[in-house]
Amino acid sequence: MNAIVKVENVGMSFDTKKGRFIALQNVNLQIKKGEVVSLIGHSGCGKSTLLNLIAGLTLPTSGVMLCNGREIAGPGPERAVVFQNHSLLPWLNCFENVYLAVERVFGTKEGKEKLKARTNEALEMVHMSHAAQKLPHEISGGMKQRIGIARAFAMEPQILLMDEPFGALDALTRASLQDELIGVMEKTGATVVMVTHDVDEAVLLSDRVVMMTNGPAATIGEILEVKLPKPRDRLALAHDAHFVECRAAILEFLYQKQMKKAA
Amino acid sequence: MTTASLTSGLVAVRPEAESAPVVRGEVTKTEDSKMGATTHTDKAAAAPAKADDSVSFDTHLGNFVRKVIPPLLGFALVIGVWALVAMKSADFPGPGKTWDAAVVLFSDPFYSNGPNDQGIGWNILSSLKRVAIGFGVAALVGIPLGFIIGRFAFMNSMLEPIISILRPVSPLAWLPIGLMVFKAADPASTWTIFICSIWPMILNTAQGVQRVPQDYLNVARVLNLSEFKIITKILFPSVLPYMLTGIRLSIGTAWLVIVAAEMLTGGVGIGFWVWDEWNNLKVEHIIIAIFVIGIVGLLLEQLLLLIARRFSYGAN
Ligand SMILES: Nc1ncnc2c1ncn2[C@@H]1O[C@H](COP(=O)(O)OP(=O)(O)OP(=O)(O)O)[C@@H](O)[C@H]1O
Ligand SMILES: [Mg+2]
Repeated sequence: MNAIVKVENVGMSFDTKKGRFIALQNVNLQIKKGEVVSLIGHSGCGKSTLLNLIAGLTLPTSGVMLCNGREIAGPGPERAVVFQNHSLLPWLNCFENVYLAVERVFGTKEGKEKLKARTNEALEMVHMSHAAQKLPHEISGGMKQRIGIARAFAMEPQILLMDEPFGALDALTRASLQDELIGVMEKTGATVVMVTHDVDEAVLLSDRVVMMTNGPAATIGEILEVKLPKPRDRLALAHDAHFVECRAAILEFLYQKQMKKAA
Repeated sequence: MTTASLTSGLVAVRPEAESAPVVRGEVTKTEDSKMGATTHTDKAAAAPAKADDSVSFDTHLGNFVRKVIPPLLGFALVIGVWALVAMKSADFPGPGKTWDAAVVLFSDPFYSNGPNDQGIGWNILSSLKRVAIGFGVAALVGIPLGFIIGRFAFMNSMLEPIISILRPVSPLAWLPIGLMVFKAADPASTWTIFICSIWPMILNTAQGVQRVPQDYLNVARVLNLSEFKIITKILFPSVLPYMLTGIRLSIGTAWLVIVAAEMLTGGVGIGFWVWDEWNNLKVEHIIIAIFVIGIVGLLLEQLLLLIARRFSYGAN
């Protein structure tokens, strides 16, 4: 099995003022190349913690994290991250924000013209070419998130990690960005791990939905395979039997199996 | 990250809170605690101006009246009280006499009859020159030092106690040391400016470095940026507003201190001029000097606010 990411018996605990807090315990997960996986669970269960571990922004306190068979020792450009709060640098315009990433990844091999072309291409992909010269505070929240996605995709990462990429957006913007993301993923065949709170989003976008139990000491509760053909169309899916089934399964997990502990 | 202890109790001014109370560095021993100074003026003035476009002439007029009348009343009140006091006292010149003296003084600000008798323009310029030099050197030393303290916990722990002890000392206490080392009055007063300017620069820069949002540092880590890129693209731009706050605080203090330093050292300069006019018993000149010092200080501060606004990156 050609898993690009392997999470083996991973545990993560934090030292807090009140003593040791075990956030994750015994997490096992394998992510295949080209797969889209969502992490879903109640707030505070440890989704971001797991994503940050894969990103290498934090290191696990026990267990092993592998990427391409090598231990994850820190962050790297082959694992691009789309941050929940976009994290664009406010003093760089949209083009420069993307260019900074492109330059870092391809700067040693390619000339300036090629780097600029890559940047423009990435902006084009999220339909943001018109705002290339604008500063982040001059564009809307949805647009910032698109630039964040463009920045991540422009790096041509092996894995794209997204922490609630559309969490802060209204439903309409969210839907259109999801559609955009479907298009981009289709085009690039990227491996994606994404954290979400949104059941529909999870089913619509993923091949597998990883459902996490409530913390502390959270782990993976169930994994659901979404066997819907791609590309997916949200309108057609609304009445699709399998879509409804998947949705129901996640809702059941979240609101029956995991609800009592959360209370 | 590291130097919370260093910056928390000391000069800790967030650049985005332009109108929040600003903690000044101290000038004399009596002022060594926090001196609240607010700069509401710029915001209050800017807010109505923005809304003006679509409103009627009446509101225009109303805004104008509301903006202009109260300050005018304030000035009128001060001048009135001043005139009353002057009437009761023989030595104290009234507004009229002072105005006449000012007209004479400013009709030829750049005359020069030897080192002890120069026009007020020269005096202001030579004070400004000292401030510029002391301040410039302080920036050259203080800002890199602030970066180092902010970035390395070790340096922070090493320098924190020293800075904490030296910072509350009035810069004038350093004047004799300056006189001893430089054996001349002029560099000695520049030296006091250096001393008083350097603390806010170090502390604000250090604080800026520590406050670089973790998100930006995470971006740097994910992109695996080189140390050079981290400094130029992330650290420097996000510290810049803090640095400018440090600079603004410094220049305010420096302008306060130069007057006192020049009074002690003599030479050419606005502070010396005040002392000289006191010896000549020209009280109206002292009053003029007070206004001039105030206005120059205000202009310096406004200039730096202007620069700071240029680098505030919109909402952030
Ligand atoms: N640096 C930290 N120090 C201490 N505890 C932490 C730290 N980071 C996370 N935690 C704890 O770990 C648990 C999981 O946090 P995490 O941010 O991963 O949750 P989440 O599932 O992403 O929640 P949300 O959906 O609200 O974003 C929480 O209880 C949180 O308090
Ligand atoms: Mg989270």
